[in-house]
Amino acid sequence: MMGPGILFAHPDDDIRDDAMLEPACFQDLHLDQIVSALTADYEEYHLNPFFYAPLHRADDVRYRQEVFEDLRDDHLYLIIRTFAKEMQSMRQLLSRAEKNPNTYQNKGWFLEAARIYTEAIQSLADALSKCSLESRGFLAMLTYLNQYSSSEQFISLAEDITRLSNELAGVAYTIHIRGNEVTVCRNVPDEEYYQEVADIFSKFLTGPGTSDKDTIPEQREMSQVEGRILDLVSRLFQNEFSHLDTFQEKHAGFADETICRFDRDIHFYIAYLEFISCLKQKGLPFCTPLVSETSKEICCTEGFDLALANSLLSGNRSVVPNDFFLQQEERILVITGPNQGGKTTFARMYGQLHHLASLGCPVPGRTARLFLPDKLFTHFEQEEDINTFRSKLEDDLERIHTILNQCTPRSIIIINEIFSSTTVQDALFLGHKVLDQVIDQDILCIYVTFLDELTTLPKTVSMVSTVVVDDPDQRTYRIERKPADGLSYAMAIARKNQVTYEKIKERMRS
Amino acid sequence: MVSCDLELDILVATMAGGDVFIREVVRNVLLTGTCDPGTICYRQDILRDCMNNPDSIQEMYDTASASIEEYLKIVGRYTGQSADAVRINSVKAIELFIEMLATLRGIGKRHGEAFVSEGFRTFFSMLDREFSDEYLLSMREMIEELKLPEGHLIRAVLGKGNQGTGYAIQRSRKPGKQSWISRFISREDPDQYHFTIAERDVAGFRALGELKGESVRDIAALLVRVSDHLVQMCTSLKTELAFYLGCIQLHSHLSHRGTTICFPVPEEPGSRKCSVRGVYDICLALRIDQPIVSNDLFATGKDLTIITGANRGGKTTFLRSIGLAQMMMQAGMFVPAESFHAEVCTGIFTHFRREEDHSMQSGKFDEELRRMSQIVDSLKPDSMVLFNESFAATNEREGSEVSHQIVSALIEKQIRVLFVTHLHEFSRSLYDQSPDNALFLRAERMQDGERTFRIEEGKPLQTSFGPDLYTRIFSETHADTDAG
Repeated sequence: MMGPGILFAHPDDDIRDDAMLEPACFQDLHLDQIVSALTADYEEYHLNPFFYAPLHRADDVRYRQEVFEDLRDDHLYLIIRTFAKEMQSMRQLLSRAEKNPNTYQNKGWFLEAARIYTEAIQSLADALSKCSLESRGFLAMLTYLNQYSSSEQFISLAEDITRLSNELAGVAYTIHIRGNEVTVCRNVPDEEYYQEVADIFSKFLTGPGTSDKDTIPEQREMSQVEGRILDLVSRLFQNEFSHLDTFQEKHAGFADETICRFDRDIHFYIAYLEFISCLKQKGLPFCTPLVSETSKEICCTEGFDLALANSLLSGNRSVVPNDFFLQQEERILVITGPNQGGKTTFARMYGQLHHLASLGCPVPGRTARLFLPDKLFTHFEQEEDINTFRSKLEDDLERIHTILNQCTPRSIIIINEIFSSTTVQDALFLGHKVLDQVIDQDILCIYVTFLDELTTLPKTVSMVSTVVVDDPDQRTYRIERKPADGLSYAMAIARKNQVTYEKIKERMRS
Repeated sequence: MVSCDLELDILVATMAGGDVFIREVVRNVLLTGTCDPGTICYRQDILRDCMNNPDSIQEMYDTASASIEEYLKIVGRYTGQSADAVRINSVKAIELFIEMLATLRGIGKRHGEAFVSEGFRTFFSMLDREFSDEYLLSMREMIEELKLPEGHLIRAVLGKGNQGTGYAIQRSRKPGKQSWISRFISREDPDQYHFTIAERDVAGFRALGELKGESVRDIAALLVRVSDHLVQMCTSLKTELAFYLGCIQLHSHLSHRGTTICFPVPEEPGSRKCSVRGVYDICLALRIDQPIVSNDLFATGKDLTIITGANRGGKTTFLRSIGLAQMMMQAGMFVPAESFHAEVCTGIFTHFRREEDHSMQSGKFDEELRRMSQIVDSLKPDSMVLFNESFAATNEREGSEVSHQIVSALIEKQIRVLFVTHLHEFSRSLYDQSPDNALFLRAERMQDGERTFRIEEGKPLQTSFGPDLYTRIFSETHADTDAG
């Protein structure tokens, strides 16, 4: 039977195409870095497609946000992680058992996999029913689990496992190894003498011990010699081992499809939460954004670039958060200010916020109200491609043209330092042209530029990256909503170099 | 820094006489001296015993050394091997150390009477008490049994995936020494099966080794702990003996030259006792083959000693002689002096002017203060700081001001300071304040400009005898010219 999903409210929307490509905007927005960091520890779950596919209905976003909110409960989170670990061990054991299903070793692993599976299901169903779940996703899952774990098929599996495990655990035997001769028998001696050795040498055992007792892993591969010993043991205990044969025939393919899908899908949430938890510990805020398919009056407080924050995590440098808002007819943020002042980072943050929100994820910021776009376009400066004969300006224009052709009033466009390769006059002219179209179509846009003149167009808001007042070489990385003031920065540099009007007069006095 | 400023390596090299291990130990002991007068006296007693019985000390050191060397060979051969190999090598190592203990005990039996210090008396009686013949025998027997001459008798149960688990080694011989394997494994038993690993089946033997390893894992871990403990015991014995051997070596060197040594009298830190007669720079004495000028220092009750005076007048040497003697005392050694009665310090630090790197003149003062700051990080009350022409990498006024501020702060923080300086404003202002806790010394200079290298009490003088230098150099030039 096929049950509900934890990722999609509507089964038809389900996207699980492993061949799906990374969206074009990913590199520009550093979302590629975020996703590869996110999924690094979860390769076996193939999570990338989930992070590539934004949702387009606010209700679908809400469906995931609810799951994220449920998972804020540490207890529930732990339950899910435990379950996932058990499913992982189950898969490992099954793949071992499949290598050669006819040896008693592999039959043993098959039994062990089934045991882990049934225990995982039972404890998950138990634990979930004790949690106060709110999300539609988890509630549907719980209903399914309850049905499944009380099904006749599941119960008979669990009973067979218990009976057989007990029988095999009672098998004890003795091995004698001398030179290359190995003997196996049913008699068991009881002459362990560890304690006696410890007593004789007790005066040398004071102080902390350097024990290498735990260095041998519990589930190492069984060697050929152990295999041969096991064959002999199976001849010594024929009855017990024939029951194992029967079990494997009866319960082949015991794992349920819906459960397995849940196990994969839930890692979308786990991977994201694990990723942001280190950042949260550093005091960075995350919030559940309010998303809308219609309202373009967006805002965010203390937003930050998630990729940058993650890369700064190891060092002691901190992330500078920034705010923005658009009200009424405002649609376009035009960012100006000195180089290396955080303008590009701000643009990336804006794009990341919108993409992450459309995945249903908590976003990097204190509060956020965001628009749910149909598509997210980026135009960042690119290295000149020496294989084409087009100039950089041509290339820029070509790219922006394609974007403007594809976008709709529901799209978001992020433009970073376009037309920087041409004259100011050209750049101004072209910038105007591009922004005119954006304004006409009522598109949400962020435009990073060095041209102050572009900040005064209709529907635009001017934001400026600021510097420390007394030391213009130092950036604050704060982007503030205020009129573009490129000159005041230039004046500060002039003062520092003593070439302002007053300074030059003063120095030339004598 | 301390070791470099005091030229400690010369002392250490003489003590070690080419033995790398002794060199490391001696260096370490000197740099981490104790600040407990009781411990110092305890070590002095042991040192006297060592100087009276050098042959026994050498024999014990050689025994410990040889055992450690042999141990390292065994361990090296089995590194990274299975638990069963660990068992085999631990058994060998323990066997080795049991024999070493027996040898040491023998030395104690033969020569113990000649030792009177508390340290050696305790050591020899511990050997006698803890390692009786009976106990040594029972250890040897257990070691024989742990060689598992009858093979591995292993109990097991089925674990996860039908993999054998709970492998536990069982005794295969009775204490009475006859095999009792037959009680469990007999050829007539129908409930048993055999197989044989082919001679060339490398993987099979490896797997067998792992199995054996699992069965003895606990015991192997235990044996590793035992052999670790034994090698540590042996190493610490070797280490202590190395230090005293170094002292013996140094003593014989010095007595060949006829220089004086004495056992110092340590006082509690903070007592500000300092009554020193005839102290000399031991490193200088070891380096040059001439009589060395010695000096006195009577600084009881003084926190601060300021030393001024002529260039090349023996000030730095004097500072070194004090620092080295202090270090040697706190290591538990004899010192290069006629008599030495002084408080112990909680730390000895040096801040010497760096002669090198003329290239970075601009950062030099910064470098000096950075070094000072590092010293301040490590200071505790009753530490001693030896300054040698510090803070002179800037102009006199600034240097004096900085020095004054630093020294005043240190004194108030209960630090003992010896300061060689040419900064006149600094020394003069301190002298004018004439505090009771300060002593002013000067490198002596005769009327004719001749130096005696003696440091005596005296107020700071205005000049640093630059004219001497000038006269000497210029007169030599004249002489050359005349000759030419």
